[in-house]
Amino acid sequence: MFETVLIANRGEIAVRIIETCRRMQIKSVAVYSQADSHSLHVRMADEALLIGPADPAQSYLDVARVLEAARISGAQAIHPGYGFLAESAAAAARFVQEGLVWVGPSALAIATMSDKIAARNAVAAVGVPVLPGSDKAVSDVDAAAVQAGRLGYPVTLKAAVGGGGLGVAVVADEAALRAAFGPVRDRAERVFGAHGMLVERHLPRVRHIEVQILGLTDGRILALGERDCSVQRRHQKLSEETPAPGLSDETREALGRAARQAAEVVDFTGAGTVEFLLDPATGEFVFIEMNARLQVEHPITELVTGIDLVEQQLRIAAGEPPSFDADNPLPVHGHAVEARIYAEDAERFRPGPGKITAWREPKGEGIRVDAGYGRRDQVVPYYDPLLAKVAAWGPDRPAALDRLRHALGRFRIEGPANNVRFFAELLDDPAYASGEYDTGIVARLRPDL
Amino acid sequence: MAEEIRAELAAIVWKVVVSEGDRVEDGDILVILESMKMDIPVLAEATGRVIELAVHEGDVIGEGDLIATVE
Repeated sequence: MFETVLIANRGEIAVRIIETCRRMQIKSVAVYSQADSHSLHVRMADEALLIGPADPAQSYLDVARVLEAARISGAQAIHPGYGFLAESAAAAARFVQEGLVWVGPSALAIATMSDKIAARNAVAAVGVPVLPGSDKAVSDVDAAAVQAGRLGYPVTLKAAVGGGGLGVAVVADEAALRAAFGPVRDRAERVFGAHGMLVERHLPRVRHIEVQILGLTDGRILALGERDCSVQRRHQKLSEETPAPGLSDETREALGRAARQAAEVVDFTGAGTVEFLLDPATGEFVFIEMNARLQVEHPITELVTGIDLVEQQLRIAAGEPPSFDADNPLPVHGHAVEARIYAEDAERFRPGPGKITAWREPKGEGIRVDAGYGRRDQVVPYYDPLLAKVAAWGPDRPAALDRLRHALGRFRIEGPANNVRFFAELLDDPAYASGEYDTGIVARLRPDL
Repeated sequence: MAEEIRAELAAIVWKVVVSEGDRVEDGDILVILESMKMDIPVLAEATGRVIELAVHEGDVIGEGDLIATVE
């Protein structure tokens, strides 16, 4: 196992990775920007190195600076977390070229899967059902309109490379497509540095279900259960739960099989997630994309399986077998649900950075909090708004939801805006409580947005 | 009457859409701010002329900072 691991990230995910390193007696090295000098991940790590100014392009996204920090600290491996460099095939290749271990899949697997069109074509070729869409990137509005006309409106316009719900728009007709195309493409270019767009059929009333997979060093791909991520605003997840409510065993197995097939196409190693849209009426599903990295919502899988996914990532990267018996399916115990606490208001989800003047995390049986901040920390406008994740485990879904409700009622945050109150409404919503909800649930709770 | 447009939140100025002296109408985008990976357009609240533009692209501004004055 590695002696020293550098974590090329910040916030809650850097803190979470440091915790596993500590438990495994691996020295953790944090990197940070000037805006993060006093951040929690810097305070938690065994060693911390300043790598640049607040602008992520000159710090967390700068491969040369991260490499230099790895050399100075003597790190043997780089854990990218999620976001920033995690899905950069170029970064993964470069680190490996420089003799470091990349805690993640091969650069080739990342390159295929981070391009949504390449990914879709690759998995369709082995028989995984895919969402109908353009089979190559479109770069101008007329080509997009041709594709949309073929697919039928409404369609989703999406950056071919990217994630986190950025650079996505659903359009109802050609006029809306023509109005949205330029801004969405510009946004994608600015955030992801790529301008190819993808046009997909938009399916209303579907559920967003993803399967956690783990590719072992012996080539086996394990499916570690699914997560329902249908609670989204701005195409970005707000809350997730596992198991997905109301799935038949047959559908669950079919999802796991499709996810393994998708991962096998690229000889996937390490932790990843295969995302699907599922029609709750029929149980039919289509592949939308694969995330070749650790997912934000991985804690709920950890809560129901009892395994540490970051530990498995490190073990696989070090060429070791997983910590559990891979020959027997992992038993799933109970139910887990997560709320993403963002620095944005609970009504319109508008960001509101600021200094944290009060911070008290809830504690209790079955409650897990992954936080990137604490009292007196400054939430700055440069980075994503995730402050913390509150996850609750219970022996069944009502118990887990009840624990989450109580935990959120005890979470005290003052200073920046926060969306804690939104989840009280969500948990009280009859459709959510019954488990019969879909990706339209937030729009129904906030019809004016 | 001069109308001061101020920032509602801490943000980075991503794009300045208008120039000093431009005529703008109520609802026109003056600048686009970025905060926590979200674009926040700042709109004119009245029809008039931009007499002062207090920000540049790349500036980091705090809540309450002046962005522009429209007369």
